[in-house]
Amino acid sequence: MSTTTTEKTNRQGFKWSDYQGLPSTLCKGCGHDNITRNIIQAYFELGVVPSNVVKTSGIGCSSKTPAYFVHRGYGVNAVHGRMPSITLGAKLANSKLEVIGVSGDGDSASIGMGQFCHAIRRNLDMVYVVENNGVYGLTKGQFSATAERGAKSKTGEENALSDIDLCALAITLGGTFVARGFSNDPKQMLALVKASVAHKGTSMLDVISPCVTFNNHEASTKSIHYVMEHDIHLNDLGFVASWEQPVTDIKPGEAIDIPLPDGSHIVVRAVGKAFDPHDKFAALQVLEESRRKGEILTGLIYIAEKEPDFNTATKVPTDRPLTTMNEADCRMPREAFEKTFASFR
Amino acid sequence: MNPPETLTRPQAQKETRVTVNDLSIEVATVNGTGSQSANNIFAKSLFRMGIPISAKNLFPSNIQGLPTWFTIRVNKNGYTARKKELDWLVGMNLATWEKDVANLRSGAVVMWNSNELPEAPVKARGDLIAYPIPMAELLKPVQADAKLKKMLINMVYVGACAQLLGIEEATVLQAIKDNFKSKQKAVDVNVQCFHAGMNYAKEKLEKRDPWRVERMDANGSKVLIEGNTIAALGALMGGATVVGWYPITPSSSLAEALIAFAKKYRVNADGTVRFVDVQCEDELASIGMVLGAGWAGARAMTTTAGPGISLMSEFIGFGYYAEIPAVIFDVQRVGPSTGLPTRTAQGDVRMAAWCSHGDTQHLVLHPGGPEECFDFARISFDLAEQFQTPVFVMLDLDLGMNFWMAEPPAYPTDAFKRGKVLTPEKLDQIKGAGKKWGRYLDADGDGVPWRALPGNPHPDAAYFTRGSGHDEYARYTEDPEAYRLNMDRLKKKTETARQSLPRPVLETVPGARIGIIAYGSTNNAMREARDQLIEHGIKTDYLRLRATPLPMAELEAFLKSHDRVYVVEQNRDGQMETLIRAEVRTPGLTEKLRGVRYYTGYPIDARSISDGIRNQERGA
Repeated sequence: MSTTTTEKTNRQGFKWSDYQGLPSTLCKGCGHDNITRNIIQAYFELGVVPSNVVKTSGIGCSSKTPAYFVHRGYGVNAVHGRMPSITLGAKLANSKLEVIGVSGDGDSASIGMGQFCHAIRRNLDMVYVVENNGVYGLTKGQFSATAERGAKSKTGEENALSDIDLCALAITLGGTFVARGFSNDPKQMLALVKASVAHKGTSMLDVISPCVTFNNHEASTKSIHYVMEHDIHLNDLGFVASWEQPVTDIKPGEAIDIPLPDGSHIVVRAVGKAFDPHDKFAALQVLEESRRKGEILTGLIYIAEKEPDFNTATKVPTDRPLTTMNEADCRMPREAFEKTFASFR
Repeated sequence: MNPPETLTRPQAQKETRVTVNDLSIEVATVNGTGSQSANNIFAKSLFRMGIPISAKNLFPSNIQGLPTWFTIRVNKNGYTARKKELDWLVGMNLATWEKDVANLRSGAVVMWNSNELPEAPVKARGDLIAYPIPMAELLKPVQADAKLKKMLINMVYVGACAQLLGIEEATVLQAIKDNFKSKQKAVDVNVQCFHAGMNYAKEKLEKRDPWRVERMDANGSKVLIEGNTIAALGALMGGATVVGWYPITPSSSLAEALIAFAKKYRVNADGTVRFVDVQCEDELASIGMVLGAGWAGARAMTTTAGPGISLMSEFIGFGYYAEIPAVIFDVQRVGPSTGLPTRTAQGDVRMAAWCSHGDTQHLVLHPGGPEECFDFARISFDLAEQFQTPVFVMLDLDLGMNFWMAEPPAYPTDAFKRGKVLTPEKLDQIKGAGKKWGRYLDADGDGVPWRALPGNPHPDAAYFTRGSGHDEYARYTEDPEAYRLNMDRLKKKTETARQSLPRPVLETVPGARIGIIAYGSTNNAMREARDQLIEHGIKTDYLRLRATPLPMAELEAFLKSHDRVYVVEQNRDGQMETLIRAEVRTPGLTEKLRGVRYYTGYPIDARSISDGIRNQERGA
């Protein structure tokens, strides 16, 4: 029996439910589920064709989440730390696909550090979400490489090592879109996810996403309470889709309007002192300053929207994906074939 | 240095017999001195005289300054495996000179650069035919800088050898021209040095050896090609569109050859491509990229060697369980880390067959020569897509990087076999028939499920790919029965695939009670080895395996019909023999197995095989 209630559809005629996934099996209150909700909302509002969505992940709690959104998209839950390479292959094979990779701090800052770094260098057109909670959840609470020095584990153990700042790292590696969000700040997160999807290149979204089970205690530096207390917005973001009314009343110095290749715009309003996310030196400086102050800086930290993405750089065609190449596309002509072999005589 | 005329005896008596088109030459040189083009010209000239040859480079893991030996086997019978006994040494490397001379058999020729290498070791032997040549002196009139002269000196021995052996001058000149293509200056100076060597031999050396070469017509339309190059052509014609790779000897030249061909034949008029390659950060990434592309529906491949397979093994297991097509070229070499990374071995046979954790059994092709490098490279993409699984194509350094004679393959006209891929229409049909598609559902009873590709807009098409824990509809499950069922279906798929792999090749002689099993590049020495055994009264039949999982019917029949069966392979532990023992269950058969194992890093030679079998037969 069909239901009689009419569900709201987006510009492409897809329903909200087309973007939903399986029910989450993560712990109640997990930050990751908030991120999932914003991904669903962003894809729905942007009207991304669900069957073109490719969702990839490695291993860990974060890597389970692609099953929880866009069930009409195609997912791969690959091996630990190797989300970027699976994604790279899929996107090269078929440029039409909209790819989002979900990883975690263990998956990207430890076992997959190599793949993280080289993914950033390549600038594949993808959304790269790191659901960052400073802890290994599935194996029950070991520190990850993004845990701050001095942070305490649930069992009271103190972390002796310095943390890896994936945003600073991504900027130095030549990243073209580097942002940090907080799972419990949906407004900022939605704008960041939308901008990430619209950016043509690797959009690295480091989302502090507290682990309510293993890293939400008193001496944690990634508990909900701690992050709420220390979250400093670098900027406020507005995302304006190509079909939406552009913001016209921007006064010089008040905000920066960043047009993206798909016709959408990011409107960045600095909070506090002026900040242009195109400025790499400034971006690294604000990150270091906030680190010294013990703050968690969120917002769009760096963008270089004009750098070519990997498929463009490698000249992979969008209209005819490599998956469709047939015998005539692949085989050199008979005459060339014979000539080639004759050259080895 | 003494001028050569003053070379005093003792040396071997002048040979009055003549041996035509049967000798093995070794040039002992230093790597990074540019001997490669001279040696290639040397080999090609002999090949173009219609004489069967092979050319092998035994080189160090180094860019400059370490010993390299280039060997050319000339043999009218078509025996082109490496020959243990050397007939003709060209000494160019002081560091190995004494040992090179000491290794020669009595009566062999030794030619050397007398401006740099001392005569003493030759004199000490007393049983060699000596051809000292003051090569540096001969280069004096040549207009070239010191660096270039270092390279050109190699053309001097080519000239001297040509003169002494009877290699056609015109053929060499043409080979020089072809080698340097349009670079007239390079052609001229190389020709000058070639002539310098030739004239010196003509005027100053008395031919005392028995070896001669003469034009024959044994090579027909054959070409001289490296296995990696012809495999790259196979991959191109087989439709590879995505290549992820990481440089590693001896596989890099396969990827590089393919990329070069793709730049020529896979670029559209508007500059867009029909092929993409990524030199990845490591093998972990290259196999990941290949699996991602295969999952999305492209024909994707990687090239690597044993250490790369070790790193890839987790992902390869994932590919097996998630059922993703991928082609892995493994150009095998000796063991881990440093030591002999530039030497050959059939060292990954077992690893490839069972690669990764959990239960796996992969499809592995073992081309037995250059023609099969082409064919197997090509069909590997069909097999990978038909069976939705990683497929290995196993070359080795000898096959991949040395020059082999090959019959040019016929232009492929068959259609790509892209396997069970669901279109939206097909999904409608399934739905219309009241059925439900399941990504891992054995709808046809052959163990091979249907797959939908990302981007397929049909409402039933999307699915989620995972490793081991899924049911027939690709739903996550940890249900024990669902897991077991899936494992059994994977096994069934393997059994279906087993029947589709290249069949073994059987060569028999009437009355043989002894069997030989071999595969891959070992095949190259087998005809000669079996002929040697006949000379010793041992008749053998030969079953050449071309793929694993093994062809059980043919294999068991072969074991049944022979008293003893020798598995000849280029590794220590009898890796193929292990696979045979693991799969042959009929009582009384594996007891017949014996092993002949060669593991020095050098390509196997016929004598090692025939001696290995004779020694064991004596005790049988």
